Amino acid sequence: MKPPPFSYAAPRSVGEALALLQEYGPEAKVLAGGQSLVPLLNMRLARPEVLVDINRIGALAYIRRRGDRLRVGALTRQRAVEASAGVRRRVPLLWEAIRFVGHPQIRNRGTVGGSLAHADPAAELPAVVAALEADLVVAGPGGERVLSPEEFFTGYLTTALQPADLLVEVRFPLQDGDTGSAFVEVARRHGDFALVGVAAVLRRQDDTVGQARLAFTGVGPGPVRAREAERLLQGEPATPRLFAEAAREAAARLDPPGDIHATAQYRRDLAAVLARQALEVAWQRSGGRRR
Amino acid sequence: MFVDDIRRPGMLHAAFYRSPHAHARILRIDAAAARALPGVVAVYTAQDLPARIRGPLPKLIPHPALKHHKTQVALAGNVVRHVGEPIVLVVAENRYIAEDAVDLVVVDFEVLPAAVDLEQAAQPGAPRVHDDMPDNIAAHHIQRVGDVEGAFARAAHVFRERLVIDRGCSAPMETRGVVAEWDRRARQLTVWDSTQAPIRIRNYLSDLLELPQASVRVIAPDIGGGFGPKIMMCYPEEVCISWAAMELGRPVKWIEDRREHFVATNQERLQIHDAAIAVDADGRILGVRTVFLHDCGAYCAYGLQLPIIASTTLPGPYKIPNYHAEYRAVFTNKTQTSPYRGAGRPHGVFVMERLMDRVARELGIDRAEVRRRNFIQPDEFPYDLGGLIYQDGVRLVYDSGNYPEVLRKALQHIGYADWPAEKARLRRQGRRVGLGLACYVEGTGIGPYEGCRITVEPSGKVYVATSVGTQGQGHYTSFAQIVADALGTDVTDVLVTTGDSGAFGWGTGTFASRAAVVAGNAVALAARAVREKTLQVAAALLEARPDDLELGGGKVFVRGVPDRAVTLGEVAVAANPLRGVIPSEWEGPGLEATRFFAPPSGAYAAGCHAALVEVDVPTGFIRFLRYVVVHDCGPVINPLILEGQIRGGVAQGIGNAFYEKLVYDEQGQLLTQTFMDYLLPTAAEVPEVQIDHVETPSPLNPLGIKGAGEAGTIPVPALVASAIDDALSEEGVRITEMPLSPSRLREIIRAAQAAPEPA
Repeated sequence: MKPPPFSYAAPRSVGEALALLQEYGPEAKVLAGGQSLVPLLNMRLARPEVLVDINRIGALAYIRRRGDRLRVGALTRQRAVEASAGVRRRVPLLWEAIRFVGHPQIRNRGTVGGSLAHADPAAELPAVVAALEADLVVAGPGGERVLSPEEFFTGYLTTALQPADLLVEVRFPLQDGDTGSAFVEVARRHGDFALVGVAAVLRRQDDTVGQARLAFTGVGPGPVRAREAERLLQGEPATPRLFAEAAREAAARLDPPGDIHATAQYRRDLAAVLARQALEVAWQRSGGRRR
Repeated sequence: MFVDDIRRPGMLHAAFYRSPHAHARILRIDAAAARALPGVVAVYTAQDLPARIRGPLPKLIPHPALKHHKTQVALAGNVVRHVGEPIVLVVAENRYIAEDAVDLVVVDFEVLPAAVDLEQAAQPGAPRVHDDMPDNIAAHHIQRVGDVEGAFARAAHVFRERLVIDRGCSAPMETRGVVAEWDRRARQLTVWDSTQAPIRIRNYLSDLLELPQASVRVIAPDIGGGFGPKIMMCYPEEVCISWAAMELGRPVKWIEDRREHFVATNQERLQIHDAAIAVDADGRILGVRTVFLHDCGAYCAYGLQLPIIASTTLPGPYKIPNYHAEYRAVFTNKTQTSPYRGAGRPHGVFVMERLMDRVARELGIDRAEVRRRNFIQPDEFPYDLGGLIYQDGVRLVYDSGNYPEVLRKALQHIGYADWPAEKARLRRQGRRVGLGLACYVEGTGIGPYEGCRITVEPSGKVYVATSVGTQGQGHYTSFAQIVADALGTDVTDVLVTTGDSGAFGWGTGTFASRAAVVAGNAVALAARAVREKTLQVAAALLEARPDDLELGGGKVFVRGVPDRAVTLGEVAVAANPLRGVIPSEWEGPGLEATRFFAPPSGAYAAGCHAALVEVDVPTGFIRFLRYVVVHDCGPVINPLILEGQIRGGVAQGIGNAFYEKLVYDEQGQLLTQTFMDYLLPTAAEVPEVQIDHVETPSPLNPLGIKGAGEAGTIPVPALVASAIDDALSEEGVRITEMPLSPSRLREIIRAAQAAPEPA
């Protein structure tokens, strides 16, 4: 478990990083927190010719508010997100979900951008980004562009990032007072990737669901939005029955993988159980009455 | 100092090209590109090995029933029989280059059909793992006591179960590793090896490499966990690395990486039992029968120890007048199996305790009561099991025990009397909690022997050398305690060396919960001998009779006159004079003695685990609310060490019950080759364990002790099954397999819910 030979570059700016990526193209791989890439290297499953280590680009690590968005730099450590009072207050879904990412040691190194760019199908952050419809800012040879989660996540471990692109920032919408969110996850052990995870966001209008967003992780090639269930919820009086029905609806449309850890049916059943929990909790947090 | 900490001048690093196939013929090996890579020193295939190590490696423990004692070769040249079998050895300036070179090796294979599923592999016509055999049956072995057919014929009730325990591995924190160095001028081979059996490795290496035993020194330094697989003698790597170091005249290091460990280090556990119990109307056992398949993997160097231990552990603490244990040991195209903590015992206990729970449920008798009715009573020892032969080849006779008391304490700690009310209260809250119970008897401390040499130096320090390897069990402390007690010195003045054939050259190894029992008693005997001699020599110095002397505080003094004293160091100097005469009764100079302990048979420890386990029905997850272990291993040498052994064992058992499973696909590829897929329980999954003891001494050794190394692990699958059954009694769930997972438990719950009500 030693990596094959590779060249190593450690740019100090986004510009330098982009130049390197452009020079080496598909032969280059970006090293951020290294929590997935380094094992892949050691197992020789990834064999890049050049490793572009962006850890020295300090300008990519920040959490700052701009207007109605919280901007998180791609190199921001997951642990910094967890420790941020601003994230906890204004993007509570992100704060809640990030604590399901591995263990503290992993979050000390792992980055927000790295997790999103790696796009593991059972990772938490893609589902959060999908449920919040956060903007993903990508820098490339043609300048910066802003992608929606749907544009960004394109399949199993794949994104819209081109070889010369670098994910530089994620812009999360701030949560308002009438909105509640919840992230619920079940993993085999504490800190493992999710068997199934659910992110739910509900905006309350009195006793009805104004807007609903529901996204799963662990049940498809990438984060899976449950749009039918969202439509079913919208404009309806919030009742336990509604949430149960929406959860069932969402789960029924999933086509989860079966693997050595869980069958497809288990994941589908679990998705229904967890979606219901997440909706109930999100509703309570929106200030909605328990019914 | 672990093996990977060993750094020798000019040391080279090795890596292996291993079979990617479960079963294949090797057509051609092209290592030219690997040899040409800068930094590569040598590339070896089977053809390059001398004849003596080209053939099958040693058959370790023969048995009359083992008709086909197949062992693997150091490097496969013709056929590979499991994924991970080594084919090419690369030695390079560093491990990076060695792995680069392995990447450049090209081997052409003719892929052969693989026997993977145990039951299919046992069928006639299955793909044969070894083509010189008519089928895959390595052994067919039956042990019988009494008239089993008669007992089943006249029984009021007969219950039958198919019970499965699947494959796992011990996953020590430190993988295997070898550093070998050949001193050409001294003709001395030194091997640092992460092994549980340094002396036996020394013996085999001396034989295979055609060196006198005195020219081979094997050192098992600190070992980061063994748990059984490191008792295996000789792994291919141990032979290849030692030979390569001699061949190249430079030290060679090989540290197994985790992926290699998953495919190349011995595994265990898969057995499928078809078991039945015959009882009278009161639930008293008339007979037990099990017919089972045991998965050997591709080879069986270690012989039939696992299925024999399973067969002979099964009866446990119960009186079983008629017993039939029959198994077929079956070759499959998977990694070889050999003992791993528990070593067949978890299987036996799982079968017996599942059957006892079944009897209790079917007859409507309380689970504890049905066990009590069948216990061997404290006044019935020594208790002969009627002619069963244990793994040491000796007739199985329990030495001592108090099973009712062990159970009583466990029930008391878990709150058994109040459980029905508590269960109902939790049920009203919508919680599904079950109480699990599992009793067991553990064969420990088997022979043949261990030895020890104790020397008191002029400094007063006491040097103790024994050869059993130590893998974190606290032997340094336990053995020092035994010596300090005998010599009246401080434990910190006792320095213990273990696992170095250069320090003590006789021994067997650390396995079967035997180090404390066998080596510990050898230490005790040697310490007593040194004590006797100390008193003799001191008597002359103090002009007193030996009977009037006492030892304490590192001194010998006249009883009641503590000022008339000499230090141990002064006695040691007097025992090794420059001039004068050594009296014949001293048996030689110095305060030194070497003693061996060879027990007539194993000492049988016992215990009972009880737990409260909550099942989350919608998700299939389980959570331990309480965990109690009551354990009887005789007098406790060191409570802290004992309880550490038990807690670690429980953690490993919980892994075996709910987390750890080696999954092979139909082609024999191992799908669980990382710790992301092979799930070890962590601190978050393992509950606090409450421990209590019963101390029933063994009459078989001077210290009266029994082993404790596996007690934590053995009953856990049975316990978890028992608890889940209780939690889900309304659904009629009956657990018959281990390990489970949330997904599998949900399947079982669904199947139980769909099953028609029993008539």
